[in-house]
Amino acid sequence: MSNLETAESPHRLRRVAIEPVSRVEGHGKVTILLDQENRVHQVRLHIVEFRGFEIFIEGRPYWEVPIAVQRLCGICPVSHLLAATKAMDLIAGYGPLTPTAEKLRRLLHYGQIVQSHALHFFHLASPDLLLGFESEVAKRNIMGVAAAFPDLARQGVLTRKFGQEVIRHVAGKRIHGTGVIPGGVNKALSVEDRDSMRGGIDQIVEWSKAAVDLVVELHQTSPEFYKVFGEARANMMALVNSHGAPDYYHGGLRARDADGKPIFDHVDTTTYQSLLQEDVKNWTYMKFPHIRALGAEKGWYRVGPLARVQLCDFMPTPLAEAERKKFVAAGGGKPLHGALMYHWARMVEMLHAAELARELLDDADIVGTDLMADKGSRREEAVGVIEAPRGTLFHHYRVDENDLVTYCNLIVSTTNNNQAMNEAIRAVASRFLSGHEVTEGLLNHIEIAIRAYDPCLSCATHALGQMPLEVDLVDADGALVSRLRKG
Amino acid sequence: MRLVVFGWGNDARGDDGLGPILLGRVAHAGWADVTTIEDFQLQIEHALDLDGAEMALFLDAGKNTPAPFFFSEIEARRDASPSTHALSPEAVLDVFARSLGQAPPPSFVLCVRGERFELGEALSGPARDRLEAAWDFVTRLMPERSPEMWRRAARNVSAAFGRGNSVSRT
Repeated sequence: MSNLETAESPHRLRRVAIEPVSRVEGHGKVTILLDQENRVHQVRLHIVEFRGFEIFIEGRPYWEVPIAVQRLCGICPVSHLLAATKAMDLIAGYGPLTPTAEKLRRLLHYGQIVQSHALHFFHLASPDLLLGFESEVAKRNIMGVAAAFPDLARQGVLTRKFGQEVIRHVAGKRIHGTGVIPGGVNKALSVEDRDSMRGGIDQIVEWSKAAVDLVVELHQTSPEFYKVFGEARANMMALVNSHGAPDYYHGGLRARDADGKPIFDHVDTTTYQSLLQEDVKNWTYMKFPHIRALGAEKGWYRVGPLARVQLCDFMPTPLAEAERKKFVAAGGGKPLHGALMYHWARMVEMLHAAELARELLDDADIVGTDLMADKGSRREEAVGVIEAPRGTLFHHYRVDENDLVTYCNLIVSTTNNNQAMNEAIRAVASRFLSGHEVTEGLLNHIEIAIRAYDPCLSCATHALGQMPLEVDLVDADGALVSRLRKG
Repeated sequence: MRLVVFGWGNDARGDDGLGPILLGRVAHAGWADVTTIEDFQLQIEHALDLDGAEMALFLDAGKNTPAPFFFSEIEARRDASPSTHALSPEAVLDVFARSLGQAPPPSFVLCVRGERFELGEALSGPARDRLEAAWDFVTRLMPERSPEMWRRAARNVSAAFGRGNSVSRT
């Protein structure tokens, strides 16, 4: 952990705040404390956590939860749906899912990963990567990409659309889907819908492979810069299956330290509370999870694509496995920790998810009609864990004798990455801001590091995803020196 | 005149649900040649929903926007937001133009002012009243479906209630 979390004498320092303005509470901001020579003394990413999530869920009948949690977040409703339903499978007393039900849920999940990663890369990240960090603001968005790479923009839109169509076919609707229910799924996939997706998936695999190639090409232009930008040496955690492959839907928890040495492996996710501890700090609503045995100082960790691609032993699809090996080779035998490496890892995952979806669409079980598991005794408590596009997502519930939820604990991917994101922006601030006049271009470096983690600050409202920023420079007496506003 | 109508927002977040509620009424009314699209947020793939449409209507909730609502024509414009977990209607038009290489159809925003947007809240009292006012406006708007008629309606609404913009919507 860096020493930039708390300044020794903050009252003598200037404060820079990068703050979004939106109509719904629950946003993030960055504050930076500088001395008279613009040396950085403190950097914090504050995120107003998903306040009220647990309260929103508690008191509801357990069978309503899979539907209700989709309203928590408009960015990743499918992730919450799957994690909650996995827990409710157990609460309701269901045994193992039928092959068709599990494969349909996995197809839904892979469709979500494809659309989420495509949106992030083609629309959010590629403008920064393609046009350079010092480009004018107007060129940093998708329109800049479209101007320079018109086909890339179209591919991004169509890849995203394909993922949404997978969700629609499996979940029933693009939003508020009801296809996934405790015990299985309630609708078989029609041959017609299967064929529709099968007809498009080869193109998605091809575009995903091209996206990986593009990232590799960009990386090769400045490997050292990519390696060190926003570099935060962190432990890493993800789900893997019994063979050591990444498993986005179900698996055991694996963690390794910043040098790649094992911390734990194949741990039952239901024991997460004995493994992880969530701390609070007085300057943010967002909790700081860490590996309990290592303590807060050394136990914080990273989740998501950069962790998953490096923690697994292999990827069980040929194109993605070849790309994973290239990625690992770029680290020269050591794990990579630069924030920009997320983009490369994310595209390897998009390719992997597209290949996995293709395998499922070629599997006869996917149009099977045995949809519900056998039912046994109801339970009072259960944990559902998945690898959401942004990282490990925990849902934990207790239900009383009246079937009402009495306890709900969520650790979302962005929370798992809280300390890692803070460390990433501290690394950027130390390297690029310290000792320099604060300019919009330099502040954009902070945004780029945050963006690489793809944090989900949304609470299921469209406006929240828009983050116009206000940057205030305030002197030691609190007087406003200057203001920049964008968005 | 083929019309696509978007309504977006989260009905579990109080007045943020104004767009989807209004959209539901449009869908239920069953006007001919009208396609309705609901989502939590506007995103890049919604540009594809504009393909083949001759007009578009975006139904949204607003904060600190003119009450009971504003209605105005919009044009393609890039979002300057550093995050794109959601797009403005103007940005969707822009993605359409740049991805499909066509001019977007004449497009209008109907933005109903909301007051409260917290998770788990119901529609606020003022929002309920404004919803009815907006629905009355929509029922008069839909039968006379042409860009010229809607532009005239936009001028009238702007004169009566004021003109909003995409910044104030958020």
